[in-house]
Amino acid sequence: MSQENLLEIVSVDRTYVDTDDNTVEALRDINLTVRKGEFLTIIGPSGCGKTTLLRLIAGLDRPEAGEILLAGEKITAPDPQRGYVFQQGSLFPWLTVEKNIAAGLKARGVYQENKADVAQFIELIGLHGFAKSYPHQISGGMAQRVAIARTLINRPVALLLDEPMGALDTFSRADLQDKLLELWENDGTTMVLVTHDVDEAIYLSDRIVIMTPRPGKISEILDVHLPRPRQRGDAEFMALRKNLLEKFHLASSMPQPEYAI
Amino acid sequence: MNNMAVKNFAPAPVSNRGRGPKSTVPNKKYLVGTLFSLIGFAVAEVVSFKVPGTQEVNDLAYRLGLLGLIVLYFGIAVFSWFDGERRAKFLSRASFRFAMGIVLTVWDLLSTKLDILPMPFFPGPSKVLGVILEESDFLLVNTGYSLRLYFFGFLSGVIFGVGTGILIGWFAKVNYWVFPVLKITGVVPAVAWIPFAMTVFPNSFIGGVFLVSICAWFPVAFMTARGMASTQKVYFEVAKTLGAKQRYLLFHVALPNAVPQIFTGITTANALAFTTLVVSEMMGAQGGLGYYINWAKAWSAYYKVYAAIIIMAVLFSLIMKVIALIQGRLLIWQRGLVK
Ligand SMILES: Nc1ncnc2c1ncn2[C@@H]1O[C@H](COP(=O)(O)OP(=O)(O)OP(=O)(O)O)[C@@H](O)[C@H]1O
Ligand SMILES: [Mg+2]
Repeated sequence: MSQENLLEIVSVDRTYVDTDDNTVEALRDINLTVRKGEFLTIIGPSGCGKTTLLRLIAGLDRPEAGEILLAGEKITAPDPQRGYVFQQGSLFPWLTVEKNIAAGLKARGVYQENKADVAQFIELIGLHGFAKSYPHQISGGMAQRVAIARTLINRPVALLLDEPMGALDTFSRADLQDKLLELWENDGTTMVLVTHDVDEAIYLSDRIVIMTPRPGKISEILDVHLPRPRQRGDAEFMALRKNLLEKFHLASSMPQPEYAI
Repeated sequence: MNNMAVKNFAPAPVSNRGRGPKSTVPNKKYLVGTLFSLIGFAVAEVVSFKVPGTQEVNDLAYRLGLLGLIVLYFGIAVFSWFDGERRAKFLSRASFRFAMGIVLTVWDLLSTKLDILPMPFFPGPSKVLGVILEESDFLLVNTGYSLRLYFFGFLSGVIFGVGTGILIGWFAKVNYWVFPVLKITGVVPAVAWIPFAMTVFPNSFIGGVFLVSICAWFPVAFMTARGMASTQKVYFEVAKTLGAKQRYLLFHVALPNAVPQIFTGITTANALAFTTLVVSEMMGAQGGLGYYINWAKAWSAYYKVYAAIIIMAVLFSLIMKVIALIQGRLLIWQRGLVK
C-alpha cells in the first residue's frame, strides 16, 4: 500500500439547527487524512457524526468551516469518483437488479460503451439468476451487494459506505464483509466504511477512526496490524477487540456504550 | 447460490391476491358450477323460442347473444378444466351468471312475451338488442365517432397532463405560476366550458376534443406533479453520487417514481372523460353515442336509448380494461410490493 494521501479533511465543522432552533454540533474540528488504497473504518456511538462526515466527503452536504480535498481538489458536489453506498433501501424499486446496476453507467451517460460491465458485475457479486428480479424480491444482503455493484461499476477511486451491513443478519454480514474485502483487494479502491460494529472494524480495516459525540470529534485513530486474511477468533484479534471496547467505555460519556444496541 | 441468505421470494401470481389459496376444486363441484353458469342463459333461450310473444320484435340478435354467452362460458369452462386457479375463478362467478340468465328470462317474459311492462319506456331485451342488428350501420358510425372523440380528447389530455405535471413538479417557477391556475380551473367541471367550446371551435368535434382533453388534463397533471414531489430524497442522492445530471434526475428518478400516481390520475381522468364525452355529444355534436341517444329520444325510441347505453357500457369497460393492462405492464415492479 502506498502512503500517498487521497482524501484530506481539514478542520471541518458542521452544525445543524433542528426544528426547535437548537444547534447540534454534529462535527467539530475534524482533521483526517485517508491514504490511497487503504481500508479505513469510522466507528463510534450513535449520533457522533459518522453519517454527517461521510456525506460531506460524498459532497451531498457542505461543511460550515474547513475543507475536504480529494487528490488536492476541493470537494463541492457529488461525483461518481466518490461512490456512496447508503445504509439500506437505496435501490430504485422500479428497476430490476440488472438495471439498477446499469443505472450507475446510465447516470453518467456512458452505458452504451460499457454495457458488457453489467453482466460482469452481476457475476462478481454472485447474483446471476437474479438479474431480472426487482429489489423487493431479493434479500437485504443481496440488495446491498447490488447497491455496491451499482457504485463500483463507475470505478470510483474511493468507496464510501455508511453502515451498509447495519440491517443484515450475522451470516449475510460476514458474507458481505468477505465480498467487500475481495473487491478491495482486487481493485485497490480506497474504502471508507462507517460501522457500529467493533468486530467488523477490526476484521476489515487498516485503520480505525474512533469518534465521540456531542460535539462529534475524532478521539483516536488506531492502526490494525493484523495479517490478512484475519481470523475472528484469533488471540490477537480478541485482544484488539477488548482494547477497543475498553476505549469505548472511556471515550463515551455514557456508562453503557450505545454501539451495543 | 453458495452460502448467502436467500429470501424465499417466489413472486405471488397476481390472480392470487386478495383470494385465499383455494385452488383445488373437485371435478364434481366444477361440473355443477359449469352447469349453473350455462343453465340460466339456456332457460332464457328456450323461453325466447318456445313462449309465444305478444309484441312484434325481431328476436334474432337476442337469441344469438344468448347463444354467444352459452358458447363463451362453455368454452371458458373447458379451457379452465386443467388449471386449479382458473377453475376457482370461473366457479366464483357461476351464481352470478345463473342469476343473469334468470333476470333476462323474467325481463323477456314481462315485456316481449306477456306485455306487462309499460311501453315504450321498458322494452324487452330482444327489442333492445334487435336495434344492434337493425341499425348496425348507424350505430357503428356513431360508436366510431365516440371512439374517435375519446381517443383524441383523452390522449391529448393525458399527454398535456403529464407534460404540465412534469413542469409543475420540476420547476419551482412553473409551480409558482401555473399550479394555482391548475387548481382553480381544475375544479370547474369540463362541461361548464360547453357554451364556449361549441362556439369558439370550428366544429363540434374539435370542441368535444377540447372538452374531453381539459377534463382529463387536470387530474393527470395534478397527480403527476404530486407523484414527482413524493420522491424520496435518497433516490436523488443516489443518482447524484452516481454522476446524474438534472435530466437523469427528472426522467429516471422523479418520473418513474410518479408513475403509480400518474395512473391514479389517469383512472380518475378516464371516468370524467366518459361523462364529458357523452354530455358534449348530447349538447350539439353531429354524431356519437350521446348524439344517438338524443336522436332516439326525439323519436321516443327508448329501446334505442337502451341499446346505446349497452354499447357504452361494453365500450367503456373495454377501455378501462385496456388501461388496466397498460398499467399492469408499466407497474410490474410494484407487484407484491403494494397490498
Ligand atoms: N439534517 C439534520 N438536521 C438536524 N440535525 C441533524 C441532521 N442530521 C444529523 N443531525 C444531528 O447531528 C448529529 C450527528 O448525526 P449523524 O447522523 O451524523 O450521526 P451518526 O454517527 O451517523 O449516527 P448513527 O450511528 O445513529 O447513524 C446527531 O445528533 C443528529 O441528531
Ligand atoms: Mg449514521
